[in-house]
Amino acid sequence: MTSAAELQPDSRPRVGTGFRLQWEPAQDCHVLLYPEGMVKLNQSAGEILSRCSGELTVAALVADLEASFHTAGLMDDVQAFLRMARQQKWVAWE
Amino acid sequence: MATATQHRELNPPLWLLAELTYRCPLHCVFCYNPVEFARHTEELSTADWLRVLREGRAMGAVQCGFSGGEPLLRDDLEELVAEARQLGYYTNLITSGVGLTEARAAALKRAGLDHVQLSFQDSTREINDLVTRTTTFGLKQKVARSIEANGWPMVINVVIHRLNIEHIGRIIEMAADLGAEYLELANTQYYSWAHVNRDQLLPTREQLIRAEQETDRWREKLGDKMRIFFVSPDYHEAKPKKCMNGWGNIFLTITPDGTALPCHTARMLPGLIFPNVRDMGLKEIWFDSEGFNHYRGTGWMKEPCASCPDKEKDLGGCRCQAFLLSGDPDVADPVCPKSPHHHLVETIVAAADTRAASGADAAAPWGAGQNVHPLIFRGPKESLSLSATDALTRSGKPGS
Repeated sequence: MTSAAELQPDSRPRVGTGFRLQWEPAQDCHVLLYPEGMVKLNQSAGEILSRCSGELTVAALVADLEASFHTAGLMDDVQAFLRMARQQKWVAWE
Repeated sequence: MATATQHRELNPPLWLLAELTYRCPLHCVFCYNPVEFARHTEELSTADWLRVLREGRAMGAVQCGFSGGEPLLRDDLEELVAEARQLGYYTNLITSGVGLTEARAAALKRAGLDHVQLSFQDSTREINDLVTRTTTFGLKQKVARSIEANGWPMVINVVIHRLNIEHIGRIIEMAADLGAEYLELANTQYYSWAHVNRDQLLPTREQLIRAEQETDRWREKLGDKMRIFFVSPDYHEAKPKKCMNGWGNIFLTITPDGTALPCHTARMLPGLIFPNVRDMGLKEIWFDSEGFNHYRGTGWMKEPCASCPDKEKDLGGCRCQAFLLSGDPDVADPVCPKSPHHHLVETIVAAADTRAASGADAAAPWGAGQNVHPLIFRGPKESLSLSATDALTRSGKPGS
């Protein structure tokens, strides 16, 4: 297990080991699949997680989201979501 | 009969369980495969399974389990996993680990297998090998390390019963040492072979209380390093379970011979005909077949379920348990205190306590005790002989 590093603007979150994110037409939403289970994601969770490639930094991810949705000031919400998501092991970062 | 309106309300299955074979190198005394498994020898072909996988995914199923028997006994397992993964399923291999060589693990990894659930029978070689009638304990430890090395999330499943419940702390410690992320402590559900061996396997009330306390202590100690599920022992908790999360609601099992079932054990229910994937498409099976519609929702219920405030919560409990205990699959699950058959469960639970108090367990922990037959191990010979007896006594009430 990696130690739980604090989330920084230059952290590069990725979908957690054993989880898989995909778009499900039958559910009309992004879902997170894991051993014998599934989480249905709301739109914002789906948009954030689909950018957790392990390559984008949090800062770049937020900039991309803000550009895609013509908005600003998402940093706090995204960070709060990512911290919650890591508690669930949906995402990880070094 | 299903109507177009029901179609719109009804969701597709989320879970497709492919029971690839009833063949198994183990002989577990609590196996949930049907007691008469040896009578169903016609396994689906690779082409049949590939079609089933495609039809299930097209309907919207996302989880695919490969189970058995021991699924590694099918040499097309890698091909089926690869197709399932390519279709977009999350692929789960549910295995005893027997046959999971380094080479097959590598091939399954290449096929895209997402997860392995490994069954353990005990933390000790003695009980593991006893309840499976094999010498597989060392091998399972090796397989667990291979699962970790391949980067699969590891779920360890241990069926809990009177012969291993006292070892629960060591079982938890073993799973944590092996690197499991989830440990399922599955208190035995009394169907199939476990039902045959129930008097031997049912723990006492006191044992269960201690086991749950011990589990809680370990949960505190391990934190989020390993999650532990303690499956509710429903005979003791007197709480009917929402079996399979609802009949024909999310779960679809295909047995080795192609019979489609709403749960692993539903084929025991009298008077219901379940379709076969050789004759019918999955969509028609799920939405339109009598077998899948019969116990959907609450319309089939009698009293006390029909007017019960909890009827949506537990959906009357388990139909197979109702049948096994009362002889009638339409009644309330007898584990429910409101069931007119609840006294049957109370008698069974009390008998386990009495046997323990009389010292019968200490004298013969797994041999013949007072009025208890020796453990019957799951095997083809035992299956044929038990199902012959069962056919002869079918008209009588089971479980009495």
